Amino acid sequence: MILLDVDIRRKAYLSGINVIEKLAFSAQQGEFVAIVGPSGAGKTTLLNLIAGLDRDMDGSIAFHSGQGPQASPRTSFMFQEPRLMPWLNVQQNLELVLAPQSRRHQVAPLNDLLALVGLPGCGAMFPGKLSGGMQRRVALLRAFIVEPDLLLMDEPFQSLDAPTANQLRVLLQDLWQRTRPTVLFVTHNLREALSLADRILFCSARPCRVILDLPVDLQHPRAIEDISVQRMHQSLLEQYPKLLGGLIASSPEISGA
Amino acid sequence: MQKGLNPGAQFAQGRWARILPGLLLLCVWQVLALALESKTLPPPSAVLSALWQGISSGELLFHLGMTMSRVAISFTAAMLIGVALGILMGGSKNWDRLLDAFLILALNIPALVTIVLCYIWFGLTETAAVIAVTVNKIPMVAISLREGARAVDKNLLQVASVYRLSRRDTFFKVYLPQLTPYLFGSARNGLSIIWKIVLVVELLGRSNGIGFQIASFFHFFDITGILAYTLAFALVVFGIEALLLRPLETHLNRWRT
Repeated sequence: MILLDVDIRRKAYLSGINVIEKLAFSAQQGEFVAIVGPSGAGKTTLLNLIAGLDRDMDGSIAFHSGQGPQASPRTSFMFQEPRLMPWLNVQQNLELVLAPQSRRHQVAPLNDLLALVGLPGCGAMFPGKLSGGMQRRVALLRAFIVEPDLLLMDEPFQSLDAPTANQLRVLLQDLWQRTRPTVLFVTHNLREALSLADRILFCSARPCRVILDLPVDLQHPRAIEDISVQRMHQSLLEQYPKLLGGLIASSPEISGA
Repeated sequence: MQKGLNPGAQFAQGRWARILPGLLLLCVWQVLALALESKTLPPPSAVLSALWQGISSGELLFHLGMTMSRVAISFTAAMLIGVALGILMGGSKNWDRLLDAFLILALNIPALVTIVLCYIWFGLTETAAVIAVTVNKIPMVAISLREGARAVDKNLLQVASVYRLSRRDTFFKVYLPQLTPYLFGSARNGLSIIWKIVLVVELLGRSNGIGFQIASFFHFFDITGILAYTLAFALVVFGIEALLLRPLETHLNRWRT
């Protein structure tokens, strides 16, 4: 079942530069879609449009959640930075995004959930006392705690060291398996995309459009060092040497079904 | 062991550092008064006994109370209106352009002019007095809060928007905490200015309050009385700072490391 239909004819900055042009794709319910492209291609702009943080564009973004075509689904967004409220402690940060009526019942499970993401008993700590990796864990939990239909992630593990990023990817897959939201995961790290996604959309440089729609038929969960991931990474770059620069040098129409 | 002792010692040191200059000033004052034997500089002992007399007769407390209530009312009104104006102007360029000229004008009109005009327009009433003080203070609060509102982190507001926080939560838990330094700045600065203006207002058109008392002491050249009231006043200011503002600020800033 399709959850999201994106068809953007044109999105321009105020300066008149086109960021996105003729970009169209759709995402299935429960599908993990990675969006890979060169930096500065407009991937963040795309996520902001889908999240409704930016509405200025020419085109349409339609949702097909259970409540009819126009009702926007419950959406979470994990940004490049953790973006926790520094003046609220971990528990208050999580309660902030929960609806008021569910706050009261949530307190006990909240501790369990903190333990689940590896932060047992950290509810009373302020974000400033947490390491970068721990802050991401809180941000990741915040994204899942609202039980979203759609989870947008904008290079969320980019500025972390490799082992911490790996731990968080494992955690992400674990949480994703539980509730299975549709995920749009923006990254410029192809290995990361291959280790997480069901499907990868490759973007061109600005103006952004989809140049390759690639299904990843590997077993979940995977790790970034898995041989299958490495092999796919290698063969992909052999086939399209300029793929990460946003160019398809050889045959352009290989899009998977 | 040393760790346990240090904070206590530091605390005592900090306390002494606060009290010592006051004591020093008192000593210099006493020595000067004894040496000069002038009617215009009574020794601290005379001032203290006048202060004690004023307190025990209840006269000083009555006038102090009147002044304090005027300060409290105009301070509250000025903060509420000033904060609202500052947020409005900091958040919207249109409002800023519209009101900027008024703000600059209001900021630069001498307090005396506003006071005299208020008394002429509204009569020699309590309302006129409070309005005069409030109007004098509003522009300063607005200017400071406008700076704060301009510096608000849009990234955190995006979080509030994505997770669909209520307007109330967005304002009190995401927006307002970012303004606390500006709020405390203008509260401190506001109290000091309002004290001063309230005294002038009382001197010009009220028949009670510290300003009125100082005016009558002035007629009788009673410098001891003037200094005793000033001292009472200084004690109240220190009391507010130590018992209200500083603890509140420490509490609100506990998340900063």
